[in-house]
Amino acid sequence: MPERDALERAEDFVEVALGYPEELARAEAERCLQCANPTCIAGCPVNIDIKSFIGRILEGDYEGGTRVIKERNPLPAVCGRVCPQEEQCEKACILARKGEPVAIGRLERFLGDRELARPPAERERPETAPPSGRRVAVIGSGPAGLACAGELARLGHAVTVFESLHAPGGVLTYGIPEFRLPKSIVRAEIDALADMGVEVVTDTVIGATYTLGELLEDQGLDAAFIGAGAGLPVFLGIPGENLNGVYSANEFLTRVNLMKAYEFPTYDTPVWRGRKVAVVGGGNVAMDAARTAKRLGAEEVFLVYRRTEEEMPARREEVHHAREEGVEFKMLCSPVEVLGRDGWVTGLTATRMELGEPDASGRRAPVCVVGSEFTIDCDTVIVALGTRANPVLTSTADGLELTSRGYIVADENGATSVPGVYAGGDIVTGSATVIKAMGAGKRAAAAIHARLGAS
Amino acid sequence: MPFEVLQKRQLSEAVFEMTVAAPAVAAKVRPGQFLMLRVDEHGERIPLTFSDWDAEQGWVRFIFMVVGKTTHALSHREAGETIADLVGPLGKPTRVEGLGRCVVVGGGVGAAVAYPVARAMAEAGNEVTVILGARTADLLVLADEFEKLPISELIVATDDGSEGRKGLVTEPLKELCDAGVVDHAMAIGPAIMMKFCAATTRPYGVPTVVSLNPIMVDGTGMCGACRVSVGGETKFGCVDGPDFDGHLVDFEELMSRQRIYADEEREADAAYRQECSCRTK
Ligand SMILES: Cc1cc2nc3c(=O)[nH]c(=O)nc-3n(C[C@H](O)[C@H](O)[C@H](O)COP(=O)(O)OP(=O)(O)OC[C@H]3O[C@@H](n4cnc5c(N)ncnc54)[C@H](O)[C@@H]3O)c2cc1C
Ligand SMILES: Cc1cc2nc3c(=O)[nH]c(=O)nc-3n(C[C@H](O)[C@H](O)[C@H](O)COP(=O)(O)OP(=O)(O)OC[C@H]3O[C@@H](n4cnc5c(N)ncnc54)[C@H](O)[C@@H]3O)c2cc1C
Ligand code: FES
Repeated sequence: MPERDALERAEDFVEVALGYPEELARAEAERCLQCANPTCIAGCPVNIDIKSFIGRILEGDYEGGTRVIKERNPLPAVCGRVCPQEEQCEKACILARKGEPVAIGRLERFLGDRELARPPAERERPETAPPSGRRVAVIGSGPAGLACAGELARLGHAVTVFESLHAPGGVLTYGIPEFRLPKSIVRAEIDALADMGVEVVTDTVIGATYTLGELLEDQGLDAAFIGAGAGLPVFLGIPGENLNGVYSANEFLTRVNLMKAYEFPTYDTPVWRGRKVAVVGGGNVAMDAARTAKRLGAEEVFLVYRRTEEEMPARREEVHHAREEGVEFKMLCSPVEVLGRDGWVTGLTATRMELGEPDASGRRAPVCVVGSEFTIDCDTVIVALGTRANPVLTSTADGLELTSRGYIVADENGATSVPGVYAGGDIVTGSATVIKAMGAGKRAAAAIHARLGAS
Repeated sequence: MPFEVLQKRQLSEAVFEMTVAAPAVAAKVRPGQFLMLRVDEHGERIPLTFSDWDAEQGWVRFIFMVVGKTTHALSHREAGETIADLVGPLGKPTRVEGLGRCVVVGGGVGAAVAYPVARAMAEAGNEVTVILGARTADLLVLADEFEKLPISELIVATDDGSEGRKGLVTEPLKELCDAGVVDHAMAIGPAIMMKFCAATTRPYGVPTVVSLNPIMVDGTGMCGACRVSVGGETKFGCVDGPDFDGHLVDFEELMSRQRIYADEEREADAAYRQECSCRTK
């Protein structure tokens, strides 16, 4: 897929990957074997009929292709950009055995973008069942909540989504940067859900503005879905971590993406623009933070990770992009202290690691090399070590069973220990992916529908 | 989601009181809790403490001092206009039950936060003394409102003696501690004032709660911008606080973290002033 030049794009927040023009999309679709028993569909967590939407592209029936996707996934332009297709549908593609699988994700994006290029009034609008008279609350407007809400609306239920921030989208809005997922696209796909009758109420923290119990009892809603994500940042727990210039990736990315600090002072929220930035972690979040720091003008950005590149959980594509844009990888390093002067960061002391025996997860566990400490000269440290469950909602929800780590206990249909209350996405599984969260939201919607039909 | 401004009142040169329609929020507020607001679509999210609220009529009220761009822009919103966002109530409520003889110290605009707390403490049956401090008489807020509360004494202190006693709030606080009539102290105001209040009560072993004001972004525990060190542990001001044990807080760190964006704040405010003067021309 065409991409912008690495050095040019590392200076701004405009999208990196340009998307297929029509001829390339057609040519890529031609590669699809249109298998009698397609294996790719089972590789998709929401089972999009991939064979069929590619078939529509071949026929030039792009609207039809979009319709096929939207039957299963309300956010094609988003998912076409951020899904780890290489581990899902494309991994299951028959062509992947011999070489290059069909670029399913890029074709999905192609249709999603074409759809959004049409005037809003002309866009595909999934058919909705007649009103059921039932009302469902969805808590959290991330991928899990949006997918659940869209599905419930299709089934004819009245859905209200409650979001604590001032803008909907969850991580799509506050976490994933503009240069990877333009916010106008997130907005447009959410607007399409609103068109289907989904009501989104922002500025409302469930657990503070209303409790879950109040929604169900006082406001008489018939069921609730919790898709509150795993928003609580994890810090290193090392000395110096509260110095000025140390950010959680969540804060750094929220300032830049949600609050648009990269457009300060047009937007009011500031962000500290470090010259030398150390990002700690090896996942997608760390890559996003590192690439964002580069775009804010950092001369040097280091990625500090305690295992090797092979073990990094980030998508290969993102690792590759980060490296192209000049992010310097410091592998097998573990931070031990943030150094500072007059309250500000001046460096990060780390120790070298080596890989030992495989641990419970099968990955070789890094062990510290005694006496190998060294200091990275930097003025900013961004901690991207993952997130945990935020207790604001769960601590006020009576009878809701939680795991020892504070996640909600839910079965495969999302049912929790409280009748009528369902949950899915990162608040159940811990940090996962957009499409897995959407899959969980949809399964819960089906279960809620069955419950409402039965009662 | 826009929220309508119902009333705006100027309390002193730089201090305003604003009443905003927010029925869902008003039904839930307890003393010591705060809200986050955004004035407009380009705005920053800032925390302000509820000074009053009415669940039946569905409004909340807060008092703010104009210190920079956001508070400046907020002060220009008139009744009938809207602000872009308001969310709450956030943070843990202040403990007000069974405290005995309380002293509440409010410094500067901290008086606004102290007001509902002192009222709730008095209503809960505690014996309450309030000490209000400001640099000069013009900056003193809500003194009349405090007078009307069922409290045992209101002591006013200004740095220049233009109203009440001349001197710092820590002096009457120390006298009360010396007299042995304080079971519980609460200090709300600039970090430096809270630091000295905590230092004043420490030798007497008087439990002292402070209401911290670190920089916040979301106000719901999602970002960690608001982290403070209390007794050597990192806490999030927005969800674990804003109230903490004043004898355990690392005030130096708090003050340093409050200054992170000093340069950008100056830039934003200067640009805003420029824009305002252009508009009025
Ligand atoms: C920086 C970053 C990059 C990522 N990149 C990718 C990627 O490229 N591909 C991929 O597949 N995945 C990626 N992920 C992971 C993916 O974004 C998440 O797994 C997914 O967003 C989880 O969806 P969710 O709906 O469960 O939660 P979230 O997206 O976290 O949404 C939860 C929403 O609920 C709201 N909320 C929380 N508590 C309350 C409450 N009490 N009341 C009301 N609202 C509440 C939150 O404000 C939020 O808007 C990334 C994550 C991050 C942080
Ligand atoms: C829990 C809490 C309750 C508060 N209650 C009140 C109140 O009732 N009345 C009142 O006048 N003030 C209150 N404040 C302080 C108020 O939030 C700041 O004065 C306001 O954010 C300043 O914004 P500005 O753009 O006008 O000024 P700026 O020029 O941006 O900043 C001036 C100073 O305000 C502080 N500040 C800036 N941005 C933020 C932010 N996002 N969050 C917190 N502090 C910030 C900084 O320390 C800065 O030095 C409270 C703060 C907290 C944390
Ligand atoms: S303000 Fe973000 S965690 Fe407290």
